[in-house]
Amino acid sequence: MMETINFLLCGVGGQGTILASDVLVNVGLAAGYQAKQAEVHGMSQRGGSVTSHVRWGETIHSPLIGVGEVDVLLAFEKLEALRNLKSLHPQALALINAHTIKPLTVISGDQIYPSDETLRMAFAQVTSHVELINGEDIAGSLGNLRVANVVLLGALSALLKRSTLSGQELTTEIWLKVITERVPPKHIELNRKAFQAGREAVEK
Amino acid sequence: MIKMLSGNEAVARGMWEAGVVVASAYPGTPSTEILENYAHFPNVYAEWAPNEKVAVDVAVGAAYAGRRAMAVMKHVGLNVAADSFMYVSMTGLEAGLVIVTADDPAMHSSQNEQDNRTFAKFGRVPCLEPSDSQEAKDMVSAAFELSERFDTPVLLRLTTRICHSTSAVELGERTAPAAEPRPFPRNPAKYVMVPGNAIKRHPVIEQRMRDIAAIAGTFPYNRLEPGKSSLGIITCGVAYQYSREVFPEASILRLGMTWPLPEKMIRKFAKSVERLIVVEELDPFIEEAVKLMGIAVEGKSIFPITGEFDPRVVRESAILSDLLPESAHIPLPDLETGLLPGRPPVLCPGCPHRPTFYILNKLKVPVNGDIGCYTLALTPPLSAIHTCGCMGAGIGVAHGAAKAGSPEHHVAVIGDSTFFHSGIPALVNVVYNRSPVTTIILDNRITGMTGHQENPGTGRTLLGEETVRIELEPLVRALGVRHLKTIPGYDVDAIEKTLKVYVKLDEPAVLIVVEPCALLPDVRKRWLALEVLADKCNGCTLCFRIGCPAILKSEELDEKSQRPKALIDASLCTGCEVCAQICPREAITFKPTVVERSVS
Repeated sequence: MMETINFLLCGVGGQGTILASDVLVNVGLAAGYQAKQAEVHGMSQRGGSVTSHVRWGETIHSPLIGVGEVDVLLAFEKLEALRNLKSLHPQALALINAHTIKPLTVISGDQIYPSDETLRMAFAQVTSHVELINGEDIAGSLGNLRVANVVLLGALSALLKRSTLSGQELTTEIWLKVITERVPPKHIELNRKAFQAGREAVEK
Repeated sequence: MIKMLSGNEAVARGMWEAGVVVASAYPGTPSTEILENYAHFPNVYAEWAPNEKVAVDVAVGAAYAGRRAMAVMKHVGLNVAADSFMYVSMTGLEAGLVIVTADDPAMHSSQNEQDNRTFAKFGRVPCLEPSDSQEAKDMVSAAFELSERFDTPVLLRLTTRICHSTSAVELGERTAPAAEPRPFPRNPAKYVMVPGNAIKRHPVIEQRMRDIAAIAGTFPYNRLEPGKSSLGIITCGVAYQYSREVFPEASILRLGMTWPLPEKMIRKFAKSVERLIVVEELDPFIEEAVKLMGIAVEGKSIFPITGEFDPRVVRESAILSDLLPESAHIPLPDLETGLLPGRPPVLCPGCPHRPTFYILNKLKVPVNGDIGCYTLALTPPLSAIHTCGCMGAGIGVAHGAAKAGSPEHHVAVIGDSTFFHSGIPALVNVVYNRSPVTTIILDNRITGMTGHQENPGTGRTLLGEETVRIELEPLVRALGVRHLKTIPGYDVDAIEKTLKVYVKLDEPAVLIVVEPCALLPDVRKRWLALEVLADKCNGCTLCFRIGCPAILKSEELDEKSQRPKALIDASLCTGCEVCAQICPREAITFKPTVVERSVS
């Protein structure tokens, strides 16, 4: 039986986490899997933490992933990556956007934003498959910070060693078709470039 | 055709397929997207009602008029609508009526996690619970068939995990053609619930529930999935999915109708298994009913009564009760991450509510709050919300405290949409029974917290049509409020001056603070980031006290005070100028200066 794959996406409200998980669940469907997605976005527009669960498999029952059973973490922000570290399965793949959004508890409070060293050490306790890329820098070089989420999806597509349910290659065309169906026509080219740039950032 | 749909999108699709013609709702997470999606289908009527009680009455009227109708709300909305829910159970209807309650186990965005299945039992109304998006769509049609066959409203109970989870749905066509309106019934014995008529209706609805219970065993969504006889699980909703995943070999009785229960089916199932458990989130609703049948069953002695489940919660609870071997346990690594700063939701950069709470914090008055974005002013540094219970509560609570002789002047704050929802009667009470309460209506020209829905003050309907914009100031004046002012939301000085006067009055006062939400598309077009002039900033930290996420502590320290200077994050700043107004050293630029500097 095909093994289930569990993705956890996390970030801060407004970063495009929900769009990214919508893409991911639909790529799963296009690859022939049963796919489910669950998200919490009650107050996320107000700058809170956002998480979304996506699962692919031959049969998927629960839309939620239990703590400790995440196979792939896609984190759009470093502190949120750290916050969700406990959800990871040992040796899970962690793709982290090297981006900082300081919460108000740090800005006007006395709490301290964890250092990159803390992040690295913490993840090393769970997995050696950690990839950091700077989605904002890459998106900025393409002229639009808002496609950082698609840059990350591009990187994920390159790191994810998965075939379709029937054993075919999970091609970039499948990913790009799902993405272009979800963005305004005038932004299709930009999103394709962002996706490719994300792939190249981890394929180098 | 197969499409990935959230539970809410699926319900909307189901409404259209079932031939629903009229739907009314008040926005509330996790239910909001149902009507937003339904409104996009052709030839339907969908509206935002001012509150859930009105929404149910509207749907009742449509169903009396012979057309399929729905009212949609979050779980606590049914508390507001309870009076209407109870009478329509008594009267029944001419065409189908389905009421959606979206419960929120774990309180992702609610003040409690009440289990509304109890409302179904309380009101003598059947309750349906889907387990995924496909069922969320299909059960709408099933609910209407049940409603019309048994002359009863039907409660369709969703939970956050159903509403906001996405799974594949096989779409159908609009099977039930939308009925034409019929002559409105003149049937007082059924529709006029004076005691003489109501007395005769009560036995009718009790019999109705016995009749539905009698067919519950053949209801297609009550489904037996045979497995090993050592363990039998009765479950419903999303808990079914967790049960399937954690106990792949168990016998499962999945209930799509959780009230009334199929007693014969349950008895037969109980006899076929060695150990019987109920896996249900929140209340032991099914468990208690099964126990009343005299059947030995376990439920809340194994699984939590609070919060929501996931596969881990179900699995680890099961291990502790010897339902699963110790080897099923998935250990969690002992991690060292250090103390992580929290990221609670906060008022957005440029939020027009911020100046009011900055002043309220300065005045140190007790503030009785309400439900909306502005509730977020409870956290530091604003710390200016001291009570918040439910929609419309703040004004009444302030009045009661004042009447009790609370030694301070009470201020009630309420949003525009919440004021229309249930604030008006409370303000009538303040005026009528005379208390020195200052009510602040925070009018941001939209229903904010749930993601920008129109309301009676916006001049537009859910269907996008232009309509009358109900003006707050004339409305409040008509109630007889003598001390009344409307002030723009970013005018810090004017808000402070007015509130300083109002909190010394010994009669009711109302301050309406008007400023459109900074996230509205038109407002976004005017965003312009301000700047801190580092040579003028002396690190006094006053601007940090407004709690704006766009104002950061710079790495540069002031030489004299050794405190960090302020720094504005240009990617977040909207240019509301609140910080610029309160800066005592003119170290933060106003918009015109920003424009000048960028030109030169």
